[in-house]
Amino acid sequence: MSLMAEPSATGRFGEFGGRFVPETLVPACQELEAAFADAWADPVFRAELDHVLRTYAGRPSILTECKNLGEQLGIRLVLKREDLNHTGSHKINNVLGQALLAKRMGKKRLVAETGAGQHGVASATAAALLGMECKVYMGAVDVERQALNVFRMKLLGSEVEAVHSGSRTLKDAVNEAMRDWVATVETTHYCLGSVMGPHPYPFMVREFHRVIGQEARAQSIEMFGDVPDVVVACVGGGSNAIGIFSGFVDDRSRLVGVEPAGGAAVSRAQPGVVHGMRSYLMQDEYGQVQEAHSISAGLDYPGVGPEHSYLASIHRAEYPNVTDAEVIDAFQLLASTEGIIPALECAHALAWIVRAAPTMQGQTVLMNLSGRGDKDVAQMMDVLGK
Amino acid sequence: MSDSTVGVPGSFGVMETEFRAKRAAGRKLLVPYVTGGLEGWQDAVRAVVAAGADAVEIGIPFSDPVMDGPVIQQASQAALDQGATPVSILHEVRALDVQVPLAVMLYYNTVHHAGHERFAASLRDAGVVACIVPDLPLEESGEWCAAADAAGVETVMLAAPTAPDERLPRVCARARGFVYSVGLLGVTGERSALADTATALARRLKVVTDVPVLVGVGVSNAEQAVQVTRVADGVVMGASVVRRILESGPDAAGDYVAEVRAALDAAG
Repeated sequence: MSLMAEPSATGRFGEFGGRFVPETLVPACQELEAAFADAWADPVFRAELDHVLRTYAGRPSILTECKNLGEQLGIRLVLKREDLNHTGSHKINNVLGQALLAKRMGKKRLVAETGAGQHGVASATAAALLGMECKVYMGAVDVERQALNVFRMKLLGSEVEAVHSGSRTLKDAVNEAMRDWVATVETTHYCLGSVMGPHPYPFMVREFHRVIGQEARAQSIEMFGDVPDVVVACVGGGSNAIGIFSGFVDDRSRLVGVEPAGGAAVSRAQPGVVHGMRSYLMQDEYGQVQEAHSISAGLDYPGVGPEHSYLASIHRAEYPNVTDAEVIDAFQLLASTEGIIPALECAHALAWIVRAAPTMQGQTVLMNLSGRGDKDVAQMMDVLGK
Repeated sequence: MSDSTVGVPGSFGVMETEFRAKRAAGRKLLVPYVTGGLEGWQDAVRAVVAAGADAVEIGIPFSDPVMDGPVIQQASQAALDQGATPVSILHEVRALDVQVPLAVMLYYNTVHHAGHERFAASLRDAGVVACIVPDLPLEESGEWCAAADAAGVETVMLAAPTAPDERLPRVCARARGFVYSVGLLGVTGERSALADTATALARRLKVVTDVPVLVGVGVSNAEQAVQVTRVADGVVMGASVVRRILESGPDAAGDYVAEVRAALDAAG
């Protein structure tokens, strides 16, 4: 059986996951679980999603070999180009799946949280395409540092609400989206943006991103006749990482999820419960959730998806972390050597590859380039003082 | 799920025993909520008890209170900023010396982090008789309920307007102390009118259980309290109490609870 099979009946991956939500949301989660199972087994739904992924999102995404940087690092470096998807990141895979499912369930409205704005933009896009109403919650700090994405969402017809509570970043945007959903659950689908939250979200979102791993595995074998030695992705909630890991989890490939040093939930390995799930969580001695700090809004999350906690606990995947300084270097490195500006989130994955390259000489390294860096250019202009 | 304790005289916990007796005597139950650790919170508890509260729900602030609206969020954050912790609040609870049952309302990670048995023991040692955990639904409640039962702490279960009929008896069978009938679809906070769901759910619950049914979330003034207690056995009042503490201090909360008490008694 695959290591990434279905979770248990209670939505658990090992001891992680579950459904820790207010009573009001329990029936909605149950309904969603049943609706997803039904849709996922329905060839008509699968064909509809596949069609829109191919003709709208631009799948399959290509593999690009980084000859210049690979040579410099002494490895064979290959990128899975999720940055080339419509809306500029892997987020569109999940959002199109959830929006089609919501429509099938008769819901007319989406709510979503967003950090860097990529999931918000993807949600707003799907809502525009399918004629649904959409409201996106975004931490006030992120609204400021990702102003361009805020404008994009509004242009796409969505409402964006700045969240001023708590740390005013992604975690608080999730809280506010959940509060909205508690009040509007009868007409609204919560389009959660990562492999986190209550069951069935971690499972369902993984299945919607499985396409990344499936494509990447076939493409790797075509490109170099084997699975890669190492598969690397950045981890906030962990959706792009789960997506690409899913293609290789039952192979010999080493799986590496890279967290920001200021949001290294897995490294601390302390289980907690927030946002509907039991998973590794940054918290203080009384269980108060701590604030994550990272240069990239998309990784500013103190928790991690429960399946990552599981993969870490059984030592199938490893979760190192990198500093903002390393990330800033990696961001510039990919731009200058390969002509590709990565999202700051993905620059975390590259930063680890640069650091670990001396120990991986001659190996094939597949990195999920889950988003493009256009959204980060203004912020980096400030950071680099140029 | 065993319901062996339901309907057996003498097997109820402290709070449920008292609530059942008061209900039998024709009194509508009034449970104000006070955010623990907020400046003046102990005075507020004493004030609402003096004003006729039948129990007090003490909130233990959490960093991510997803069931709470702006007022209780603000109070929670203020308490946290003032250094409140579960340990400091439970320590202060011991010094309250009030003559009504005390319950705590907290989010599950507070329990999970401390450990179920250890936390249940800390409630018992502080003299807290009941516990409300709004993000711990029936399916996930087993471990906590077992630890709470063993420590003699009554776990109040929440019932929501979205619950299908078959779910309500299962929720009620696991409820100790009272059943918290969630008054509306949404988070805590004051509303200008009582939601239709408030009385509708209480009515559905009264059909399936003899555990006291109290309506909370969105019950915002004396008039609305009277309205819901035409069906329910009592009310929990949160944001309307906490807002008064924030705006005018503990005495204002006492005055308000006295006003609600008088309205309930007059209607009864």
